[in-house]
Amino acid sequence: MDLRYTDAEQAFRGELRHWLATTLPGLPPKPAPTDWPGRRAYDTHWQRLLFDAGYAGVDWPVEGGGRGSSPVEELVFKEELERAHAPYVGVNFVGLLHAGPTIIAEGTPEQRQRYLPAILNGDEVWCQGFSEPDAGSDLASMRTRAVRDGDHYVVTGSKIWTSHAEVADHCELLVRTGEDDSRHRGISWLILPMDTPGVEIRPLTTIAGSTEFAELFLDEVRVPVANRVGDENDGWRVTMVTLSFERGTAFVGDLLEAFELLSATVALARRTGAWDDAGIRRQAGHLRAELDALWALTKRNVSQAARTGIPGVGGTFFKLAYTETRSKLGEYSLSLLGRAALAADDVEGADGLGPLPSATMVEDWLRGISLTIAAGTSQIQRNIVGERILGLPKEPSGPPKPAAARVPS
Amino acid sequence: MDFELTEVQSELADGVRRLGEGQFRLDHLRTLESEGQVVDRQGWRQLGEAGVFNLCRPESEGGVGLGLAEAALVFEELGRALVPGPLVATHLAAGSVDGADDGSVVVGLLEADRTGDRAALPLIVEGLDDLDVLMVLSDDGVTAIDPAAVDATRLQRPMDPLTPVWAIPSPSTLPRGTPVAGPDVAARWRRDGAVLTAALQVGAATWVTDLAVEYAKQRRQFGRPIGGFQAVKHLCADMAVRAEVARCAVHAAAVTADQPDVGDAASAAAGAKLLADEAAIANGRSCIQVHGGMGFTWEVPAHLAYKRARVLATRFGTDDQLAEQLALSIPVPTGDVR
Repeated sequence: MDLRYTDAEQAFRGELRHWLATTLPGLPPKPAPTDWPGRRAYDTHWQRLLFDAGYAGVDWPVEGGGRGSSPVEELVFKEELERAHAPYVGVNFVGLLHAGPTIIAEGTPEQRQRYLPAILNGDEVWCQGFSEPDAGSDLASMRTRAVRDGDHYVVTGSKIWTSHAEVADHCELLVRTGEDDSRHRGISWLILPMDTPGVEIRPLTTIAGSTEFAELFLDEVRVPVANRVGDENDGWRVTMVTLSFERGTAFVGDLLEAFELLSATVALARRTGAWDDAGIRRQAGHLRAELDALWALTKRNVSQAARTGIPGVGGTFFKLAYTETRSKLGEYSLSLLGRAALAADDVEGADGLGPLPSATMVEDWLRGISLTIAAGTSQIQRNIVGERILGLPKEPSGPPKPAAARVPS
Repeated sequence: MDFELTEVQSELADGVRRLGEGQFRLDHLRTLESEGQVVDRQGWRQLGEAGVFNLCRPESEGGVGLGLAEAALVFEELGRALVPGPLVATHLAAGSVDGADDGSVVVGLLEADRTGDRAALPLIVEGLDDLDVLMVLSDDGVTAIDPAAVDATRLQRPMDPLTPVWAIPSPSTLPRGTPVAGPDVAARWRRDGAVLTAALQVGAATWVTDLAVEYAKQRRQFGRPIGGFQAVKHLCADMAVRAEVARCAVHAAAVTADQPDVGDAASAAAGAKLLADEAAIANGRSCIQVHGGMGFTWEVPAHLAYKRARVLATRFGTDDQLAEQLALSIPVPTGDVR
């Protein structure tokens, strides 16, 4: 167990830090949260800067056009970007973290050539069409249907939780190509150009008031068979392969942001005088312990990925623990704001020392509510820990068997 | 940066686990329940031979020359086996008290000033009849006293049947003792003691998780193993998560003590102890719950781990003290402080 970075890792950090220090001051002002074309332009401009500097797809293999960095370098990369308050991955999320890696692993040479460079340099934006209104945790029950018609699939159905759909060029789409009840054996992975006729986007507003998600309605949308990644009916495996690209760094930015939020919350408690209360101080101390432990767990997970090349079980542990800690932190900062939390505005403090950090804290609390739900609810995660890690008996995984005909008595 | 165990570290942990399974089998330990003496001297010497006490002593002074990281792995296994006696105190005393390093002497430790702010609470000392030397730790330093000279009353119904306890009616009656070390060493012992005690807690937290999972697989109700029900499965999952998060905290605290340039070792130790205490207590409680009515019996060993967790949570900082220490260590953005 060694927490010291090697000379090479430190050199990587030093170069990156220097690049960030010289690049970030030149960024344009951030667009308004609801200005989606503006956000696309801002995020893809940032991606272009990363690309030009050789930092696009640090975690992608070299043969996919990435930098081929080790998991530890990837950790350093995300750590330095967060500490420097660099822009988030934003609208490039699905392309860089999901669609791209999938095409690298499972795409044809033509597909790789066509799609990967445009993800890396920020030219094209992707969204995800996996979940459906009736298929959330039970994704394998999805019903969006693709019927073969010559060299096209005709796709009809609906998707939900499609982020950045409004500004996306392509959608990674899971469709049912097998029998209705074929579950994970009858799913295919398609690349859907978002400007295809029959694609309707309806924005979905979250309880935090944000609009990055949408519902997608597909009405006889024609997708070329050549846009299928992997074999027909093999889309579930293709999707699972993508997950194996995770190397324990998924929450690095989030976690470091939580450390900052805790510091800001303590500063608020000191300012209001709440800090004189030992109970208030202990809650902060406890959160500090949890965040420190989660940072250690991150390093453990990354180290495991570096040794074995595959994500260990630690990612599930991390998500369960982190999302609960983050919820606690949100509740804690909210309670310290008292009635100043009744608006997500930076309301002026009554002490003449300027605005309170209400906007950040209220927004963070609201966004935090999604964490125990998104990307696998905590309940599903606990099933995974119980069954795959502890070996407890499995939950029923298919639709219930039809009840046997009852014999009237 | 590679925060995984090295091969040598894994082998060390495996070796201690085998020692625990051989020399400190639970059915053997249980014959000592409610006795005044729980330290098996032969076993203690074997721990000494295995390097448990002199692990962190330099090789030039007859030690093994390893770090706190290795010690934490060793103590995790000892915690898993519920080995009774003053393991941490004897480890800390190696090099300061003759015979501690090879296990020929049993050294206890009393934190004299940690209950000082609650004047109504007596000093409680553990395992007095097992001890050759009792060390008294305060911010001023460490003194050694003769356990036989301590005026104390043995309590008849110790909470943990494998941790006999004595009450010292008034701290002022403690013999003065001979100085062993100064404030610097005392501070380091507090930190390392917290890390190693936390390691014991993580070991116990893991052991009760295994115990609960085994039971949930074989116990059948309503025609199926109870571990198939989410209500029980999720209890077990939460146990595993708590143990793993605490384990990483303990390992990081130990490595930070060995590699001071990577972080704040004192805070890391406090955080590790805080989370490990919680994991051991919560997992002990959950283990009893998973066992249902049988969990409330003396026969099922779940209560031993739960009670031990409670004992260890009182050493080297309570939850309130540790959380307070951590609170004051949180960096506050400059300019925001009034």
